[in-house]
Amino acid sequence: MGEIRTEEMLMNIGPQHPSTHGVLRVVVKVDGEIIKEADPVVGYLHRGTEKLAEDLQYTQIIPYTDRMDYLSSMVNNHAIVNAVERAMDLEVPERAEYLRIIVVELNRVMSHLVFLGTYLLDLGAMTPFLYAFADREQVVDFFNRLCGARLTYNYMRVGGVKWDTPDGWLDDVKKFVPYMRSQMGMFHELVTGNEIFLERVKGIGKFDAETALNYAMSGINLRSTGFNWDLRKNKPYSIYDRFDFNVIVGENGDCFDRYMCHMNEIMESLKIVEQALEQIPEGPVMGKVPKILRVPAGEYYSAIEGTRGELGVYIVSEGKDKPYRLKFRRPSFINLQLLPQQLKGQSMANLIAILGAVDIVLGEVDA
Amino acid sequence: MEVNNNANQQPAYMEFEGFTQEESQELSKAGVLIGTLEQIKGWARSNSLWPLTFATACCGIEMMGTGAAHYDLDRFGIIFRASPRHADCIIIAGTITKKMAPILKRLYDQMPEPKWVVAMGSCATAGGPYVRAYSVVKGADQVIPVDVYIPGCPPSPPALIYGLNKLQEKIRLEAKGKKVR
Repeated sequence: MGEIRTEEMLMNIGPQHPSTHGVLRVVVKVDGEIIKEADPVVGYLHRGTEKLAEDLQYTQIIPYTDRMDYLSSMVNNHAIVNAVERAMDLEVPERAEYLRIIVVELNRVMSHLVFLGTYLLDLGAMTPFLYAFADREQVVDFFNRLCGARLTYNYMRVGGVKWDTPDGWLDDVKKFVPYMRSQMGMFHELVTGNEIFLERVKGIGKFDAETALNYAMSGINLRSTGFNWDLRKNKPYSIYDRFDFNVIVGENGDCFDRYMCHMNEIMESLKIVEQALEQIPEGPVMGKVPKILRVPAGEYYSAIEGTRGELGVYIVSEGKDKPYRLKFRRPSFINLQLLPQQLKGQSMANLIAILGAVDIVLGEVDA
Repeated sequence: MEVNNNANQQPAYMEFEGFTQEESQELSKAGVLIGTLEQIKGWARSNSLWPLTFATACCGIEMMGTGAAHYDLDRFGIIFRASPRHADCIIIAGTITKKMAPILKRLYDQMPEPKWVVAMGSCATAGGPYVRAYSVVKGADQVIPVDVYIPGCPPSPPALIYGLNKLQEKIRLEAKGKKVR
């Protein structure tokens, strides 16, 4: 028997591929089944949000942030209104702050449920997707009742939120929290102990905290390596210092840890929602803000803990009602940068597992 | 093949071309359907639409939501396929950028005939909120011909189901030789 002669082959994954979560293209050089080189190509969904924002008033920018990370629109809304409020030094009514926290944390639950469903779909399990989306549908219904949209909410305004809750909304959310907790138990039973699943994710796509920090990673990708960094705790914004919750930290920084971080963060978010529902006061939901918002001249940066990491908004203002330049620090885009190193030496099947665990949203990668 | 309700409350029967009323009635009673091969093909095609998963942006999430347990597209015979060679319909769910347009064209060319196109959401219809962006194609119909437009940003799952039902209707009507715009 002679030696098997292998040859390098160039393969194209995407942009139309069910496992790339949108329109990411990865050009991989494979030798047999082993990846020698991987090169992600982004920009297939570049819509020029930042350029469009230069021609829009601050309130008009909010719907565009909805469509950036479309799995967690409320979080993006929060990022931009928080940035403008900080820059203008505006007061937000208590009730509005609590409503914001509730919707943001519910949105985090929803986004992580989509991660759960699609990640397992990538790994070849169809059923969890159906279960996760059935539960997600309930949160979508809450938002639909609250602001009339299912996905792109445009709910927050500078100085508050647009609508107060409809009758019985808070009670229904209160009922949803224990239900979702019990569902999480079911998901753990269904997925977490599964032998095949563990084989696919344990020890795959490992990186350490130092690498993650060097690549400016944030969010679950950073925390899964054991580095404790959550802006909600480390640099509390809004009213996060009033809630008691844990920062979920992994150990090994592999795909399994990232999966577990997602699962456990759902529980923590539910905890925050529960506390916020208890503390929420009566009152107005919109503060006193000028009719035309003019951010004083200067440069401002403020960040919040998005679903996928540090979601920063950098405003350069000339004192007009429109920003001179608006830059979003998009966590998905930055977390993706490690992909070529992560994929080197892995098999093709692991590519999907690793890419899925990074949890990117292409709307945010390309903006 | 039109259902005809008799004035004197007779049971409904189908009127077949080239047959007298009595003959049609008799055939209907016997449970026989007569149509051209095209019509039967149209009926079959409309009830087993396999769309390509072409989710570029936000609408893709609603498309996934429509396919999942709550709205369940499977009951219309609509099952998503990942390869254009399996698909006979493409749902353009999301913004088409100038970088994406050649790929959309190529995917469309790779699909076997007959094929239909659904433009889901305002981005695929006319550019939507990004109509003024420098990198966005102002509607998918600038690249490939579109059969059904579904407005909304993003359209809700019922809207998508309605649009797909309209497409099924169009397929059946076209099979009858009727011109559908």
